[in-house]
Amino acid sequence: MTEIIVVTSGKGGVGKTTTSASIASGLARRGKKVAVIDFDIGLRNLDLIMGCERRVVYDFVNVIQGESTLKQALIKDKRIESLYVLAASQTRDKDALTQEGVRRVLDDLSADGFDYILCDSPAGIEKGAHLAMYFADRAVVVVNPEVSSVRDSDRILGLLASKTSRAEKDESKVKEHLLLTRYSPKRVAAGEMMSVDDVKEILGIEVIGVIPESPDVLAASNAGTPVILNAESDVSRAYEDAVSRLLGETLPLRFLEEPKKGFFSRLFGG
Amino acid sequence: MGLLAFFRRTPATASVAKERLRIIVAQERSARGGPDYLPLLRRELFEVIRKYVNVDPDAIQVNLEREEGQEVLELSVTLPEKKTA
Repeated sequence: MTEIIVVTSGKGGVGKTTTSASIASGLARRGKKVAVIDFDIGLRNLDLIMGCERRVVYDFVNVIQGESTLKQALIKDKRIESLYVLAASQTRDKDALTQEGVRRVLDDLSADGFDYILCDSPAGIEKGAHLAMYFADRAVVVVNPEVSSVRDSDRILGLLASKTSRAEKDESKVKEHLLLTRYSPKRVAAGEMMSVDDVKEILGIEVIGVIPESPDVLAASNAGTPVILNAESDVSRAYEDAVSRLLGETLPLRFLEEPKKGFFSRLFGG
Repeated sequence: MGLLAFFRRTPATASVAKERLRIIVAQERSARGGPDYLPLLRRELFEVIRKYVNVDPDAIQVNLEREEGQEVLELSVTLPEKKTA
């Protein structure tokens, strides 16, 4: 049984691609067969975050338009055995993605025995975002604790409840999960940033993870390694927890408080 | 927190953010279930009313409510207070 998970947000720059790459890698490392698809047609980026940009020969649109087979276009990850990337096309043709074409690719991946398909949504609520969420069983809504991001996410929740295949067919609704990124416990404590509970209360959905603000995210994207693979980082631990929760485990949220500084780091400004 | 920062506290803006979001999200959610023409209807009504009275956009409330099997379109306009000349 294949599960389709859309990673979406409405607002741009909140960490959708970082999250897609890390959750896909996390699931695959636990032995699941995972495909992660970049729906941001025209602005391909997932390949860079996954570090496979030089191995893109065929893309999502090539497959939909029959210019390549799915097998040719799937890029096998070099680090994790059961992980595959399908890159976005760089075409400027907005209509290159069709609902029928997307359905066919997802069906083929299901038939191929994939356990999870992650759909990395583009920002906005246009066609690409619509198609990324249309066939989803679950949604990871990525939010920064900041007013415009929270409002846009609520808009996305409205679309998930009305403009998806599950909504149109009156099936059980898309399961929604909230993932907070760029969380700064220090600023929350100072009253400068909304807390997890604040955001959860406004949006009214369950929290699947809180990712602390960290320079490790940029370092990982610089290197083309999903940040979850940096075992030294709290960001990695937070994403691992989120993956566990996606798989049904119950874990307490971590990294909600500022780490206590030791004597030496206080002395030398760590 | 250093000593300086302790005395130079910034006001807690997070609670302001939360309150603003609570209101706008509730408002947008209530509009969501309704027909697509509501925002346009609201805008056109606003323009018509503006021809006669100078009101603020948020002085016009257009609500669609369902009660006992019928739908009621409720329009409420708060007119500005008359200025004594």
